[in-house]
Amino acid sequence: MSNFEQWGTLAIFVIVGCLLYAVIMTVNRIMRPSVPSPQKLTTYECGVEALGVGWAQTNIRYYIFAFLFVIFDVEAIFLFPWAVIIGDLDATTRISPVFALVAMFLFIGTLLEGLAYAWKKGVLTWD
Amino acid sequence: MTGHDVVFVLVGLLTAGGAVLTVTSKNLMHAALFFAVTLGGIAGVFLPLAADFLALVQIVVYVGAVAVLFMFGLMLTRAPIGREALDGQNRGLAMAVAGGLFVVLSTLVIGAFGDLPTAEVTGPRIDDLGIAIFADWVLPFEVLSMLLLAALIGAIVLARRETGESGEELTVTRIEMAQDRDPDALEREQAALTSGSGGDGEEHA
Repeated sequence: MSNFEQWGTLAIFVIVGCLLYAVIMTVNRIMRPSVPSPQKLTTYECGVEALGVGWAQTNIRYYIFAFLFVIFDVEAIFLFPWAVIIGDLDATTRISPVFALVAMFLFIGTLLEGLAYAWKKGVLTWD
Repeated sequence: MTGHDVVFVLVGLLTAGGAVLTVTSKNLMHAALFFAVTLGGIAGVFLPLAADFLALVQIVVYVGAVAVLFMFGLMLTRAPIGREALDGQNRGLAMAVAGGLFVVLSTLVIGAFGDLPTAEVTGPRIDDLGIAIFADWVLPFEVLSMLLLAALIGAIVLARRETGESGEELTVTRIEMAQDRDPDALEREQAALTSGSGGDGEEHA
C-alpha cells in the first residue's frame, strides 16, 4: 500500500507538470498578437526551400540499431533485480554473492558476444 | 471504491481509449503512437495490482523498445505510402469478431474468478524476485541470454548488406536553391521521381 502511495506522489508531479504546461500555453495564447500569414507555415522562414515530401523509406541499417536497443533493453531489465539483491547477499543467504555475480556476467557476456558479432560484421559502422 | 479502484478504472479507460484510437486512426504513424499509449496504460494497470517491477518492464521494454521497433518497421516498409488514408474493407466483421471475443473472455474471467473473496494485494518485492531469479531460475535466465543472442544474430544476418551495396539506392530528398534552376527542370524531376525512374544512385551531400 505504501508503495502505491509513493506512485501517487509521482502522479501528482505528472499532473502538476501537465497543468503548468497548459496554463503557460493558455496565457501565451491570450497575450500574444495573432497575425497569421502563409509565409509562417513554410518549413523554413528563411533558408533554402525543401523539395519533395518528408515521407521517405528509412535505410534498413537503422533497424539493426533499433534491434540492438531492444536486446540490451531486455538485458537492462534483468539488471534491476540483480542490482537490488547483490548488495545484501552473504554466506547466510540462499545464494552467494559470487554466484550471482558470475551468473549475471555470464548473461552479459553472452549478449556482448552478439555485440562483438555485430561489430565484426561491420553493421555498426557507416561506410 | 478505494483509491486503487479509482486509479484502476481511470488507467483502464485510458488504455481502452488508446486501443480504440489505434484501430480507428487513419494515419499509420498516429496508430503506432496510440499503440504506445495503450502499452503505457497497461503499465499503469499493473501499478494498483502492486506489480511495480512488471510496470517497469512494461514501460522499458514495450513502450520503449517494442514501440520503437514498430516505428522502424513502419518507416522501413510502409513509409512511401505517406499520408494515404487507412481503411479496412472488413470493418463490420472485425468489430463482430472483437466484440464476440470480448464477451467470451469477460464471461470466462467473471465466471472463473467472479465469486472469489477479494484481498489486499501485496505483490512480490523486487528483491524477492531477484532472489527467485538467481536461486531457482538461474538456468532459464542463462538460456534467455542465448535466446536473445540468437535473435540478435538472426536480425544481423537478415538486415546486413553483403557487400555494402546490395539494395537499390533510395530516392533522397534533395534540397536545392530554387533560383539556381529553371522551373521546368523541377517539374521534369518530379515527374521522374513519381514515375519510379528515380533511384539512379545520385546523392547530393
